[in-house]
Amino acid sequence: MKRLTVDAAGWRSAAVETAREGGRLGALWGSERAVHALLVQHAELLWLTLQTADSYPDLSDLFPAAARMQRAAADLYGVRAGADTRGWLRHDAPYPFVRVEGEGVHEIPVGPVHAGIIEPGHFRFSVVGERVLRLEERLGYKHKGIEKRFEEMSLEEGVRLAGRVSGDSTVAFAWAYSMALEQACGAPVPPRALWLRALLLERERVANHLGDLGSLGNDGGLAFGLAQFSRLKEDWLRTSARLFGHRYLMDRVVPGGVDCDLLRTGIDELLGEADALEAELRSMRAIYYDHPGLQDRCINCGVLAPRTAAALGVVGLAARASGIAMDARVFPGFAPYGELQPKLACHRNGDVASRIVVRFEELFESLGLARRILGGLPAAETKILLPQAAQGSCGVGWIEGWRGEVFVALEAGAGGRVGRCHPHDPSWQNWPALEHAVIGNIVPDFPLINKSFNLSYAGVDL
Amino acid sequence: MHKILLKIAQVGICTEKPRAPDEALRVASGRLNDEVLQLLGRALAIRHVDAGSCNGCELEIHGVNNPYYNLEGLGIKFVAGPRHADMLLVTGPVTVNMEEALRRTYDAMPEPKVVVAIGDCGCTGGIFGENYASCGRVSNVIPVDAQVPGCPPEPAAIIQGILTAVSAVKDRGQD
Repeated sequence: MKRLTVDAAGWRSAAVETAREGGRLGALWGSERAVHALLVQHAELLWLTLQTADSYPDLSDLFPAAARMQRAAADLYGVRAGADTRGWLRHDAPYPFVRVEGEGVHEIPVGPVHAGIIEPGHFRFSVVGERVLRLEERLGYKHKGIEKRFEEMSLEEGVRLAGRVSGDSTVAFAWAYSMALEQACGAPVPPRALWLRALLLERERVANHLGDLGSLGNDGGLAFGLAQFSRLKEDWLRTSARLFGHRYLMDRVVPGGVDCDLLRTGIDELLGEADALEAELRSMRAIYYDHPGLQDRCINCGVLAPRTAAALGVVGLAARASGIAMDARVFPGFAPYGELQPKLACHRNGDVASRIVVRFEELFESLGLARRILGGLPAAETKILLPQAAQGSCGVGWIEGWRGEVFVALEAGAGGRVGRCHPHDPSWQNWPALEHAVIGNIVPDFPLINKSFNLSYAGVDL
Repeated sequence: MHKILLKIAQVGICTEKPRAPDEALRVASGRLNDEVLQLLGRALAIRHVDAGSCNGCELEIHGVNNPYYNLEGLGIKFVAGPRHADMLLVTGPVTVNMEEALRRTYDAMPEPKVVVAIGDCGCTGGIFGENYASCGRVSNVIPVDAQVPGCPPEPAAIIQGILTAVSAVKDRGQD
């Protein structure tokens, strides 16, 4: 990671250069009298900081996902860029949605409280009959001041909060936070800790994919799928609780290593579990792929074309289902994944069915990775004591969570406190893509399409 | 089709017995009389509102309907709107941006109604606490009858909290 302080011209030219070289915007956020961008240039990260009290150059023409990040920074710090001046996190002013006009067009407002057990957010559909002409999302309902809360914490404590940015990605965020802090201290983590972190990250991926495949079956009219996959997920969570002490593995990844370990009996149990789950997955996959009703709902539904996905800068699972081969475990391949040789799952139809196929393939791959980890777990300590990070030292964590790449940018404050911490969820990049994927579909297919992306509200509202 | 039937037959029924109500989870009593509570307990309709959680509690609330816990088997189900709900299940510290939506959901529910706060954040504000964007615990915004601590609480504990809120108060002498 390289960090540069730039002026307005340098801010813009670095972004233009990155876009021209096929790079992307990882994250953009504000702080007191400054704005920051994380640019991903192949395997390198460039952290730009621009001192400004009011306005700075807009990047949303190069990276469309920047628009909402810039609006969030404007709400929190008054630093502005871009044409859209509507509040994103601040909900204290009227919010004019873009109106679609024409004969027979009407609007359906949905949320913030939804009909199911879901996070809050508002969706505004403009429809003719049942067909969606336009969807506009309005989020920010879960904004609870996480970045400010970090600043009240010690660097050590901060990992607990990072693990609660988005509860379904607690391992990914806790690891990214720890990675950032370890970078700031310049302390290498013992190999056994890294391998156990990878095991936990794969367990998180499996738990979420199992849950999603169940929900997707249910939303596609196959309630049997929900019953079976939620049973498999519960078995999986119970094993996590028994062997690692928490069903969702919260607070297991800590700066310096991990707060858990595995004995021989645990390794044997996990190997047996992987075999059993693989057999169940094979039978469930055959049922899903052979079920005419489910296939009818999923094929060609909610298509995110590869070209649209690339233009929007979509990342993670959604990108891999739309023909974009990206996975930070594979490239640049953070430790220990270089040794584990993960295989990337990629399809190019970009529909709900494609996102189901990617999930199945990633489940099998995660079980394979788990076997490799369990078979080669290095013998060493699981945690080291980190030296105190010097004030102003900084680091960036970059982890491929189950949903996509998670970043945590961390700057140490005085006396072992957090100076500034920005956790970035891949949903920032992917929410705008959902607006495109639903165009031309019918309203009743929205829950299915939405679930196939399963984006985080908490992770972006902060 | 035969693959589906075969799977159902192989798996069988794995539902477990729920935990008995626990008075320790009750934070307010006497808001509804015992007779009403017992009626509610037999066919309860629950509305869930996420008022600002990290989404961890939602994962476990989903869990209460998996085949191991099978809440619907007890006659308790989640409904899509507040107007036909008896119970409100609330997660998260209540964000400033969700405060009005939560109040309006509560107001839209018919009497008699009960509220259960789920998770450490719902009970106390949790790690997020109160700040410019967070009102903290659920009871800072609407009255709460029972609360289930945990980060996140397991499905069995959530069901226990729900059953506690709709069970008759054990010892009236302590009110």
